[in-house]
Amino acid sequence: MTPELITFLTLALISIAAALGMLFSRNAVYSALFLIANFITVAIFYLMLGGTFIALSQIAVYAGAIMVLFLFVIMLLGAEKLGQSQTLAWQRPLAILLGLGLLGELGYMLATRPEMLTGGGATPESFGSPLEIGRLLFREYLLPFEVTSILLLVAMIGAIILTRREKTRV
Amino acid sequence: MLPVSYYVGLSAVLFTIGALGVLIRRNAIIIFMSVELMLNAANLAFVAFARAHQALSGQVFVFFVITVAAAEVAVGLALIVAIFRTKHNIDVDQLSSMKG
Repeated sequence: MTPELITFLTLALISIAAALGMLFSRNAVYSALFLIANFITVAIFYLMLGGTFIALSQIAVYAGAIMVLFLFVIMLLGAEKLGQSQTLAWQRPLAILLGLGLLGELGYMLATRPEMLTGGGATPESFGSPLEIGRLLFREYLLPFEVTSILLLVAMIGAIILTRREKTRV
Repeated sequence: MLPVSYYVGLSAVLFTIGALGVLIRRNAIIIFMSVELMLNAANLAFVAFARAHQALSGQVFVFFVITVAAAEVAVGLALIVAIFRTKHNIDVDQLSSMKG
């Protein structure tokens, strides 16, 4: 048991427990907080894999911006305890069966195709640094980067139009 | 460095939990959070493979996925707010007025 393996197993346990907590919490606010815990553990995994910039943007954008938006909407709507009804009784066992099937297939793929998982070894010092990411982003991926800005603009306009109050007719 | 299969396996487990959340829960906001969890699991696999193949492009793709997730959350939560205003409910089983 190397220290790295112990760190991985501990964090993996926390991560899976937080995901399950998100799934089974009765209160939507608790679900959001569990999901933030999960995002932070995933950010630490990114750090272990050498993605420093991605890890920090994960915390800033996911845990910082997206989840605050979620919490804001939950509290705005007072929707903490909504959605408890269960009109289709057969849905839950079928969902668990399908989930186990998916997990089994993914595990089978991992177990039988080890050749696609080879690799690793030492990486250069600058791997995953903001400098390298920026260089790649603004040279090879410049067009997708610009398209992303249009996507964000469209999303912003869409959100404003969707939540605008209709003028009351007289 | 640990084998990549550990990270990919963890990513598979997280993805399955997210898929289960979409299938089991009926609160639209929780379903949305489960979709975020699935995106996050895919990102973890991306970063793990980027490390294994020494290819930084994987991390750039994660960057794009995070941006798309942010846009999706903005529009999706706006939709949920708009639906809540008219129906006073966000239970997806109750939103069946377009059922034939």
